Amino acid sequence: MYESPSWLHELWSAREALWSGFLTSVQCSILAILLGTLIGVVAGLVLTYGRFWARAPFRFYVDLIRGTPVFVLVLACFYMAPALGWQINAFQAGVLGLTLFCGSHVAEIVRGALQALPRGQMEASKAIGLTFYQALGYVLLPQAMRQMLPTWVNSSTEIVKASTLLSVIGVAELLLSTQQIIARTFMTLEFYLFAGFLFFIINYAIELLGRHIEKRVALP
Amino acid sequence: MNYQLNFAAVWRDFDTLLAGLGLGLELALVSIAIGCVIGLLMAFALLSKHRALRVSASVYVTVIRNTPILVLILLIYFALPGLGIRLDKIPSFIITLSLYAGAYLTEVFRGGLLSIPKGLREAGLAIGLGEWQIKAYITVPVMLRNVLPALSNNFISLFKDTSLAAAIAVPELTYYARKINVESYRVIETWLVTTALYVAACYLIALLLRYLEQRLAIRR
Repeated sequence: MYESPSWLHELWSAREALWSGFLTSVQCSILAILLGTLIGVVAGLVLTYGRFWARAPFRFYVDLIRGTPVFVLVLACFYMAPALGWQINAFQAGVLGLTLFCGSHVAEIVRGALQALPRGQMEASKAIGLTFYQALGYVLLPQAMRQMLPTWVNSSTEIVKASTLLSVIGVAELLLSTQQIIARTFMTLEFYLFAGFLFFIINYAIELLGRHIEKRVALP
Repeated sequence: MNYQLNFAAVWRDFDTLLAGLGLGLELALVSIAIGCVIGLLMAFALLSKHRALRVSASVYVTVIRNTPILVLILLIYFALPGLGIRLDKIPSFIITLSLYAGAYLTEVFRGGLLSIPKGLREAGLAIGLGEWQIKAYITVPVMLRNVLPALSNNFISLFKDTSLAAAIAVPELTYYARKINVESYRVIETWLVTTALYVAACYLIALLLRYLEQRLAIRR
């Protein structure tokens, strides 16, 4: 008489696939967050301090991406890049989509935080003879960071959540690995719950870290 | 680079794209309506005197907010039948999106309820209203008008999340876009038009909601 193996048994035999999926998820999220933050900070600075013609392309980028679902963005990067003659694999296309998404959100966060600072800060910096970049580096950005941090952490968890969309274009991240295991074991509920649990752990950890940092940098 | 743009294939099926867009809007509308009810109940639970209510509401919010929506969609559509709950694609997606919206709206409503001046409740007590009457006639209507901007932002992001319904083959805009994409191989055209439709729809919704916000805002 054949007895179907228990869930824990299946989980144990699938540990390597799940672990590599987990690592891929973490990897593409970190890449997208880092690159996206880089783009976002530059775009945010230009949007705040740039002249009209410098602002226009960044405004277009931010508004275009923020008006598009991230799923469409990932699909568009995946299908359009090769058609435009740019040979990138699914992982790179996915990271590109997530990076563009992250960048547009960070740009708005940076712009919002900088514009919320009182005008007097910039004027005071000029009055004591700081150049624009000194004022930015020593006076404005440190203050803006406090404001940005909670929202930035929030958008990081958004990226981790959006990284599941890469499963649709065939990147074997945690969700796709889970689906492959489900196709083999038919333990749909158990493995989806487990994947959801793992993502929850990642995001909850980020959230707690964010709260901790927020407390550390808060003005007494 | 010698890619010839040819929109014929996309224009031929343009009406399906529009129908998909319409379905997406409907899904978002129904979900935000249900989500508002969930969010309101959960916000009251979060602020209630009973510890059990507070804890269960905050578990709901934390879990849903930190789990990728794609995992939730797949879990509810593919895993619930294993427990004997069999749902059609569209109802299943609406349930998921409503639960998701509910978690975000709980936070919005909680903030809104906390920012209502104590005097309003006391005034209600003074004219002899009961606790539930105060909630129904005073706090909730005032709170709803105060949180309108946050509600509109949530609606737009829910509308963008309807693109994920394509993952379980709900025939909305992204679903048709992928269909046209694989049937015609007019990759660039398909995704350009799809992105443009999403951006245009988001913009129109945003404009409409800003107008409504101004009309409904409490004059100060």
